[in-house]
Amino acid sequence: MNRINQKLQEDKKLLSIYFTAGYPSLNDTVGVIQDLEKSGVDMIEIGLPFSDPLADGPTIQASSTRALENGMTSELLFSQLATIRETVSIPLIIMGYLNPMMQYGIEAFCAKCKEVGIDGLIIPDMPVAIYHEQYQAIFEKYGLINVFLITPQTSEERIRFIDSISNGFIYMVSSAGTTGAKNSFGNTQETYFDRIGNMNLKNPQIVGFGISNHETFTQATNKAKGAIIGSAFIKHITTNGTKTIDTFVKDVLGDT
Amino acid sequence: MKKTYHVNEKGYYGTFGGAYIPEMLYPNVEELRQKYLEIMYEDSFQEEYKQLLKDYVGRPSPLFYAERLSAKYNTKIYLKREDLNHTGAHKVNNTIGQILMAKRLGKTRIIAETGAGQHGVATATVCALMGMECIVYMGEIDIARQAPNVARMKMLGAEVRAAVSGSKTLKDATNEAIRDWISNPVNTHYIIGSVVGPHPYPDMVARFQAVISEEIEWQLHEKEGRSHPDHVIACVGGGSNAAGAFYQYLDDERVNLIAVEAAGKGIHSGESAATSVLGEDGIIHGSRTLLMQTNDGQITEPYSISAGLDYPGVGPMHAHLYESKRAEFISITDDEAMTAGLELSQLEGIIPAIETSHALAVFDTRKFKENEIVVLNLSGRGDKDLNTYIDYFKL
Repeated sequence: MNRINQKLQEDKKLLSIYFTAGYPSLNDTVGVIQDLEKSGVDMIEIGLPFSDPLADGPTIQASSTRALENGMTSELLFSQLATIRETVSIPLIIMGYLNPMMQYGIEAFCAKCKEVGIDGLIIPDMPVAIYHEQYQAIFEKYGLINVFLITPQTSEERIRFIDSISNGFIYMVSSAGTTGAKNSFGNTQETYFDRIGNMNLKNPQIVGFGISNHETFTQATNKAKGAIIGSAFIKHITTNGTKTIDTFVKDVLGDT
Repeated sequence: MKKTYHVNEKGYYGTFGGAYIPEMLYPNVEELRQKYLEIMYEDSFQEEYKQLLKDYVGRPSPLFYAERLSAKYNTKIYLKREDLNHTGAHKVNNTIGQILMAKRLGKTRIIAETGAGQHGVATATVCALMGMECIVYMGEIDIARQAPNVARMKMLGAEVRAAVSGSKTLKDATNEAIRDWISNPVNTHYIIGSVVGPHPYPDMVARFQAVISEEIEWQLHEKEGRSHPDHVIACVGGGSNAAGAFYQYLDDERVNLIAVEAAGKGIHSGESAATSVLGEDGIIHGSRTLLMQTNDGQITEPYSISAGLDYPGVGPMHAHLYESKRAEFISITDDEAMTAGLELSQLEGIIPAIETSHALAVFDTRKFKENEIVVLNLSGRGDKDLNTYIDYFKL
């Protein structure tokens, strides 16, 4: 069974952390992953930096630009991750945009993911229909779970379709907007979380965009299976470096 | 089935096009996809659109027989005078169409991207005309380079927001506009300025620009007794003026289509914007097309002396015209374009936009037969480029 599916079966709310590969320094990738696992994170999204990240807010844009300046590439990421499964056992997902993967070759990219032990992919600008028609067979051949996004504007009919072709979890975007930290969620989000929670989807939902601290993590996971933090974590390591990752994680989990 | 170079029902031109967008944009783009044709071809829409093109833009734009230019190159050259439109270029044909579309979709807030500022001005203009809120994203570097157009937009009541990410130019302004649309999915319409972006934008913008070739057909018929020329020449950045000039002739293979790209300091100089030659298949701004990128799939910054041609991608229609060899693609350097711009000024008394000067430079690099009819789309006037011309020629 895929590590993602195993993790989703655990009887707890899951914390997933996003970070940009090759940030703050080119060779920080492996160390950050190891520290996140040691700090109690359940799942990691490794951001493959892209020059034009349409769905991202300023924090992740800046970390992507920096990572590219540092020299990060798809090839280099795979070589950094070559022995990652000797030390890390939690699910690892690559999150990135379609163009760099197309240039690598979608099948070659998927094959390499399987080789190094990646469990799934999140590709925000890959439309559901394109995946369904062109790429699903390739992803399945290499045992990769593709994670789709839904938003407060996604229709019920479309959510049900996305649920039907998903086999891991659904990435629930908390509100209309790009990635970025918020301090709290309002009534609109609560209503949306409730609405999706009550749809009895076959795939669990993990909330992302706008989660930054213990309060938002708790609000987001009231109905959902877990939550993803990206920008707030990037900000933390931008300000504090990579030495205090466990402090950040424990604060979010309320584990003090 | 008859071969066609128009978009298919799935939003593709051959293998190019489609809508590679984040889920956050799906409801907006899908709404537009479902409704654009129906709205565009409503009688009341067409009536209002045509009235504005006539009374506000000043259409039809003349088709002018350029006698001295024709004599010099020993062929028959007609200039389609889009430079005489209100705001000085073809861009306004599209913004008039899209603002009417936005109104019928019930949108109250308009966003746009701009490079040199021409599309930004054309958008700010129609927003003023319709009393709509207008926000134009422009790269921080372009804001500094194009101060007069920034001032025009402000005078027209638009807010100009600086794009400070990435390379701080047109592609980043487009990214910022898309991010704004993601954050404002309900009340906002995004007026894209060229035949780029996710389907249905390339097709919708091409249809609004198609008025150019619709007029060429009847104007040429009046003058020459036939509605098709032997060649149509247009410059291509994203490709909207070329899409409009080619539109009626796409499937008429008697007409040779000539698309002119900016070679900057030379195609292989590393400072060029010749996307079809240098680009690879990929995704930019929601569309699958040819784009300039690294081997690792990072989008690179093009260069041209003309700010309207330095887009790292090209519209999917043009990518298909290139790959299928339906159109002839020619690359013109900065120097060739500037020389051609000066030549038109002195032979015909028309100072062209530097974008258009690229198209004009074709006459020096390619021969046409004496009895052939060549229509060149004079996409814009050169007022905005005076400083560049002055610097270049030390005037």
